Amino acid sequence: MSLTTVLSDDAGAKAAPARRFTALGSSARLALGLLLPLVLALGWEIAVATGLASGRLLPPPSRIGAALWTLAASGELWTHVEATLIRVGLGFAFGASAGILAGTLTATLPPLRWLFDPSLQALRAVPSLAWVPLFILWFGILETPKVALIAVGVFFPVYIGVAGAIASVDRKLVEVGRIFRLSKLALARRILLPAVLPATLTSLRTGLGLGFLFVVAAELMGASEGLGYLLLDGQQFSKPDQILAAIISFAVVGKAADAVLVALTSPLVRWQDTARETL
Amino acid sequence: MLSIQSLSKTYADGTRALDGIDLEVPNAEIVALIGGSGCGKTTLLRLIAGLDRPSTGRIALDGEPITGPHSGVGLVFQEPRLLPWLSVADNVGFGIDYLPKRERDDRVTHALERVGLAEHAGRWPRELSGGQQQRVSIARAFVANPRVLLLDEPFSALDAFTRKDLHRHLLALWEEVRPTVLIVTHDVAEAVALADRTIVMRPRPGRLDDTVVLPMRRPRDPAAPTSEAATRTILSALDHSLRPRDGSRPPQVAGGSSF
Repeated sequence: MSLTTVLSDDAGAKAAPARRFTALGSSARLALGLLLPLVLALGWEIAVATGLASGRLLPPPSRIGAALWTLAASGELWTHVEATLIRVGLGFAFGASAGILAGTLTATLPPLRWLFDPSLQALRAVPSLAWVPLFILWFGILETPKVALIAVGVFFPVYIGVAGAIASVDRKLVEVGRIFRLSKLALARRILLPAVLPATLTSLRTGLGLGFLFVVAAELMGASEGLGYLLLDGQQFSKPDQILAAIISFAVVGKAADAVLVALTSPLVRWQDTARETL
Repeated sequence: MLSIQSLSKTYADGTRALDGIDLEVPNAEIVALIGGSGCGKTTLLRLIAGLDRPSTGRIALDGEPITGPHSGVGLVFQEPRLLPWLSVADNVGFGIDYLPKRERDDRVTHALERVGLAEHAGRWPRELSGGQQQRVSIARAFVANPRVLLLDEPFSALDAFTRKDLHRHLLALWEEVRPTVLIVTHDVAEAVALADRTIVMRPRPGRLDDTVVLPMRRPRDPAAPTSEAATRTILSALDHSLRPRDGSRPPQVAGGSSF
């Protein structure tokens, strides 16, 4: 009897903290995530308001908010966001399509792999920003070099991701297709495509992230609109609040674009047996 | 009739996996292939399934030579190999998508009922246990109505209770379609529970060594004297097959012992 009691007491003591953590709802977890930035922002606001800090180079949240509001109210912000989004969208579309096509071809046709893969790997080793001067010489300073630079940045992760996904398709599942005498085309559609989808979507997300990285570089090399232009303008006219407003806009736009991509593609990989729900 | 004539398989690295296999299996017979590891059991099954090509010799099903995957031959792998992106029902219907939807659905539903998984039709494979997954994989092979069904150690990863349950499901499906069945196993009890004939193979290179005929009625009681006698005979044949011996002696398959 006494043994049972001891065991159950022990089990109860261990289970209690675990239950307390899991009991935190999703809203509570969200609030916990917001706590740190809010405390820091509030602290800085108070420090500037009480004169402890000047806030000249790092303006308090209220001034950044005001800068954002002015930009949004005048419609200027939307012009810049739109310009940036169009560049990323075009560059992503070109780079991702080229990456998927090249990855598929080199992974499925060995002669093409032997022909192209070494050169592509060598080009991948070149930091993408090194292309900027060449692209400006080739394409001028308007939209083309910017879209080209973003496309180059998106291409490589997608190419590597797709080629790797196809190369690592489970031979055992391919044999299931062979046993049921699927044609080459049916095998590609019914086994290879679903099998490579998760890794492909992950590489597209990486590619989109890099697209936003390169759009800043592209817009810094000379643009009359775009969030990158806002950054450069803020630096040249010494407006840190505008720089921070542009940075916040980048974060929001980038996160939103990623969320849209995930929302569009997650129904395709609903079957995946991942640890996401248990972690 | 599945007939195999002087079949041999040497892999590219020089490994002689199979040498001089001759085997005739009449329709609806259940044959168990048993033997130590490396005696070419799986290779033989892959050749009959048309997944690999033999180095010499020929395989024919009712007179038609088998040179690649054949519509009359089904294979259940050692692992379930279900497609994780398809529901249980879609996995079962994977090989019969050429049929009209109505007929396909009927066959899938029927096969799932036969293996006792009707209520799991809409779930993902990952939500099933190992034994349930292997039942789905057996149902997938059966819905295509194969004339020959090959099973490659299909129950080796399962516990004894699940295995016994699956033997029952397998025999129920077999009664219905009555295909020729070749089952590779390393479990003597499994051979005694299922087979009409057990063929013992010997390794390096893989050859057919001995045949034990099992004429008992089904369902079989593993504790019955006939089953126990059969188990002893197979065990001694297995023991014999693993002893080194003059390789030139032709394998005796035609005669063999019987009860």
